[in-house]
Amino acid sequence: MIDDIELLKIIEKDPRISSSDIAVQLGTGVDEVEAEIQRLKDEKIILGYTAEINWQKTYPEKVTALIEVRITPQRNQGFDNIARILSKYDKVSDCFLMSGAFDLLLTYNDDSLKDIAEFVYNKVATSEGVLSTATHFILKKYKSNGIFFEDTTKDDRQAIVL
Amino acid sequence: MIDLNSKVSSSVASVPPSAIRKFFDLASEMQGVISLSIGEPDFVTPWSIREAGINSLVDGYTHYSPNSGYTNAKKAITDYVKRRYGIDYDHNGQCLITVGGSEGLDLAARALINPGDEVIIVEPCFVAYKATVLFSHGVPVIISTRQEDDFKLMAEDLEAAITDKTKYLILGYPGNPTGAVMTMEDLKPIRDVLMKHPDIIVISDELYCELNYVSDEPSSLARFPELKDRVVMINGFSKSYAMTGFRIGYVLGPKELISPMTKIHQYCIMSAPSMSQFAVIEAAANCDEQIKAMRDEYNHRRRVIIKGLNDAGLECFTPSGAFYAFPSIKGLGLSSEDFCEKFLTSKKVAIVPGNAFGESGEDHVRISYAASMENIKTAMERLAEFTDEIRRGIV
Repeated sequence: MIDDIELLKIIEKDPRISSSDIAVQLGTGVDEVEAEIQRLKDEKIILGYTAEINWQKTYPEKVTALIEVRITPQRNQGFDNIARILSKYDKVSDCFLMSGAFDLLLTYNDDSLKDIAEFVYNKVATSEGVLSTATHFILKKYKSNGIFFEDTTKDDRQAIVL
Repeated sequence: MIDLNSKVSSSVASVPPSAIRKFFDLASEMQGVISLSIGEPDFVTPWSIREAGINSLVDGYTHYSPNSGYTNAKKAITDYVKRRYGIDYDHNGQCLITVGGSEGLDLAARALINPGDEVIIVEPCFVAYKATVLFSHGVPVIISTRQEDDFKLMAEDLEAAITDKTKYLILGYPGNPTGAVMTMEDLKPIRDVLMKHPDIIVISDELYCELNYVSDEPSSLARFPELKDRVVMINGFSKSYAMTGFRIGYVLGPKELISPMTKIHQYCIMSAPSMSQFAVIEAAANCDEQIKAMRDEYNHRRRVIIKGLNDAGLECFTPSGAFYAFPSIKGLGLSSEDFCEKFLTSKKVAIVPGNAFGESGEDHVRISYAASMENIKTAMERLAEFTDEIRRGIV
């Protein structure tokens, strides 16, 4: 019997790991692992695999903004309808409903500050139900999705320690 | 000209230098070596523990602590032991905070041994057991455990080793170098032997207690109420909490034994590092989740190592604790030292010859999986190549 949480943590840490490596680490068979991964995909528990890329190094023009959106909930729909609409834009990589001073938080990626500004005032601010927006640009990433962008850890252990 | 060598005490001179010194020098001179020889975690100490240490410096706690340790650090330790082992210790009198578990071993030897007293040591084992006994003019009585018994101590072997001079037994499970674990069930026959010999003290080294892959509950002779009053538990944070550099551990036991150990500690050490004691308060109280994450990762690596040893055709009992595997290399025609030296020079992987941990470790090698998964996998591939070359007579 595979422990789902343990399996998911392994995949979350290394999405590229092979089923056979997972099977060894969990002490189980490859077939069981593949069946379990398929089930987790079918149930939309595993939704996809992404790479963490330091775009600042290779594509410094790329700009990421966090956009706070205050909205009026719609009758029978709450926040869902507008959240779904804003999520449809390809360059919106995250859309969360938040507690606190605003309602939705979007992560938006584009080629320039101007492009992002255009998205905010042409698309977001004009959407029905949107009361206000606040846009924050990411200046530098130190850690994202558990990965350090400037990892300075080194193995300083002695070669042999009893 | 004065012969300085002759001035060294005979008890120190009698302890041979480390058998693997030559090997160590060789490994440290080579470039690009994958080391599976290291007896300490590769994880960096969880941040909240480091931060607690840093904050103590910011707050100016840079002085000696009370000799036995800060009260709240001792309380955090006895609370942790109550929570994990279900054993009650009074933090005031039954707990001493030491400089790592190693200091506890030394204190036990110095507090208990009169010249000529015998101490039973279960090999293969951590190298300090025998040395601390010899430094204190004790007589080590060695029990050699066997692979066919999963390197567990057998009751009949213990019975045979006991004499009227036996002062104490040192037991270290989960074990370095074997990775063996003794469950509470395994310990029952040992308890029965000890009940027949009510004068024997037990020093129970439980540094690896949290690195047990077969049971969530740590096992200890101290958990038998009928034995608890003569068991000194030596424990610490180095292995389970990845805190080796903090040099912090503790001993728990009856006041009559903790008191003389505290006396030695007070004269020789004064007190354990204050900063590390603050770190311990955080570690013992709030880090179960981080400990579990590290244990799970070690467990995954352990399975990769076991598969690697099988692929290399090496016989290995399944290690259940610590972060070591101890496969047999018997039948390959090489001593454990030759095996490790040739493996290092030809494949650039460092592992430790089993005889470093006692004569009964000969024909074995210790492989540590306190290393990255990537390094472990590469090393196991090289091990399979190496054993194949030996079998084909190339090496």
